[in-house]
Amino acid sequence: MAERADRPAAAGRVVLVTGVSRDVGRRFARAAAEHPAVERVIGVDVVPPRGDIGRMSFVRADIRNPVIAKVIAKEDVDTVVHLSVIATPGSTGGRTMMKELNVIGTMQLLAACQTAPSVRQLVVKSTTTVYGASNQDPAMFSESMEPRRTPYGGYAKDVADIEGYVRGFARRRPDVCVTTLRCANLLGPRVASPLAEHLRLPVIPTVLGFDPRLQFLHERDLHAVLGHAVRARVPGTFNVAGDGILTLSQAARRLQRPTVPLPGFAFGALGGALRRARVAEYSPELRSFLTFGRGVDTSRMRTELGFEPRYSTAETLDDFASTLAPTGGRAERLITEIERHLPTSAQQQLEEALRG
Amino acid sequence: MADAEIIPLNQPLGTHGRPGRGSGKAPSSAARGLAGGSGARPVRKKKAAGAEESPDPIEEPPTPLAASVDPTDEPPEDSSANPSRPEPSPATTKARHPLRGIPAADWATALDAAAKEVFGSEWEPQLARFLAFLRRRVTGDYVIDDYGFDRELAERFLHALLRPIKEKWFRIDVRGIENIPSRGGALVVSNHSGTLPVDGLMTMVTIHDHTGRALRPLGADLVFKMPFVGMLARKSGATLACNEDAERMLSGGELVGVWPEGFKGIGKPYSERYKLQRFGRGGFVSAALRAGVPIVPLSVVGAEEIYPLVGNIPALAKVLGLPYLPITPFFPLLGPLGMVPLPSKWLMEFGEPIRTDSYDVGAADDPMLVFNLTDQVRETIQQTLYSLLMQRQSVFR
Repeated sequence: MAERADRPAAAGRVVLVTGVSRDVGRRFARAAAEHPAVERVIGVDVVPPRGDIGRMSFVRADIRNPVIAKVIAKEDVDTVVHLSVIATPGSTGGRTMMKELNVIGTMQLLAACQTAPSVRQLVVKSTTTVYGASNQDPAMFSESMEPRRTPYGGYAKDVADIEGYVRGFARRRPDVCVTTLRCANLLGPRVASPLAEHLRLPVIPTVLGFDPRLQFLHERDLHAVLGHAVRARVPGTFNVAGDGILTLSQAARRLQRPTVPLPGFAFGALGGALRRARVAEYSPELRSFLTFGRGVDTSRMRTELGFEPRYSTAETLDDFASTLAPTGGRAERLITEIERHLPTSAQQQLEEALRG
Repeated sequence: MADAEIIPLNQPLGTHGRPGRGSGKAPSSAARGLAGGSGARPVRKKKAAGAEESPDPIEEPPTPLAASVDPTDEPPEDSSANPSRPEPSPATTKARHPLRGIPAADWATALDAAAKEVFGSEWEPQLARFLAFLRRRVTGDYVIDDYGFDRELAERFLHALLRPIKEKWFRIDVRGIENIPSRGGALVVSNHSGTLPVDGLMTMVTIHDHTGRALRPLGADLVFKMPFVGMLARKSGATLACNEDAERMLSGGELVGVWPEGFKGIGKPYSERYKLQRFGRGGFVSAALRAGVPIVPLSVVGAEEIYPLVGNIPALAKVLGLPYLPITPFFPLLGPLGMVPLPSKWLMEFGEPIRTDSYDVGAADDPMLVFNLTDQVRETIQQTLYSLLMQRQSVFR
């Protein structure tokens, strides 16, 4: 206690980061620890992080357990960055466990924050999956819109529940600056999300007769926006996504990957088969996303939060594509071949047309 | 004269060699076919020729087919000649091989001439532009807007496909196109009819051709549920008919098209043609009020007659999840042929824009004002429909 009282008021911030065993959490915590305004970063997770953790101090604790309250009180944490919401059961072992970690974990964490007077800021990484994806969706979701269909289960339901608890916490602790970041689908060379795995398949299955609109967020922009949110202390909910929109067919062409259109029911069956083969995982949310797509309005991110992503949706995809070996692109090679066989005068015209 | 009838059959079917005609010395093919002693030989040789692609016309036997075409008309004296040894001919297949015979330079000239024939004398820039376009499409190097509108695809393909239908089939007569503002947001409100939303497509291509602006239609959620239809709708500029999208588009300065009657209008029976249905809940008016953009009423005459809806199968429609399942005089009676729209004569009249920017801020939330404006738009369209119907000579002219 005496030690804490001795600390000068101008001392840096103490940041608690949950979910550091995963790549996003670990990288953010490591980067935050390097920041001059940050005195200490405490990483919390049930399993230790793999890889370089830098100056971060790791506490092996389960956020579903009241122990987390003791950590917050003891370390005098003033900023909590909640990154441990997971999208897929994956390695955690089943949907029940996933829900337990997501919802109960968040409840416990918020309960701990509520009783800790030192906490001044809470940043929660949410997702645009909370808007759902259906044929009744508006083209662009803004932060004030609700999903057109209430999610019945899975990740979307978890996130909706979590956001509900976060709003409740913000009401009960008006002195805490609560920032919720609804991030678009993460993509980048190192990202291992279900959508990224889908796009890494040598032949991309699509839903026959549908061409969803996609928005991506580069992993670097995710780190940047988390850091920005911690620094800027702007309360509210914000959509975070790269500029522009791509359709899935366009994305596949940019990745130089052939697509195989499957009727909706076959797409579902394929999802099951790929899951059993542990190649990719298709949650119902991902399936509806790959059917109807989704767009989010990011004007509040720019005006209120004051964040500008470095990568647009197309640039994010191009960066992602740079790590992949193309499996298609036959049509493009054919066009190149035709161009090579043209008379020189026509080739000059072509260069002009490509420039113009 | 029987010979003259054999020639066209014999030459294309035949064997690169001399046609078997009764010329005095050589027997005709028919005669050889008739000759009993050598009947087996041509058949055997035909098989061999087929397998080896024998280039030698001398060895080429006549086809049995040619013989069977008209065997009885041949003069009887030919059958006495030796059928197995026809006269040698100077024409050989080697000399006449089509691909080997034409030098590459000739090919190039011919292709150049053909390209000039197809694309005109400026074929090189044309082809270059087309290849550049193809490359952009194949590599995904094109831009779509927030709603999924693919301008290039819409203008190059969709409009090009619809334009002949608009000009040659429905012969659309357009009036008052100057009422469409050349820039800035505006809301085009139209009547809806014709069993299938052909009027929407025709309005899109008409407005684009006359003003150069893209009409952004608002479609029902059913449109976006259907495979292919929903995809094409988004690519051609449509979005969901909801307040959020309408306001967003109008504030963004787009020209938005709306058909407030919806399925009630498009699926009404033929007996109720040109009777406007209820205009929804007036959501389009409040969207225009919020964005402060003018409302342009559009009356379309002619679309009612393209598929006269004389019946409906509600039970089957319910099973299929459709609002109605149409029966027209030709569908499903003639099957796919019944889906060809009748070539009715269309008239489109764009009315005076109704300004909404003079109202104050809360006007969009004033239900009475919204109802009144909705009625004003509806009445304008209905009156214009009546006057257009009076001017039209007949349904098809």
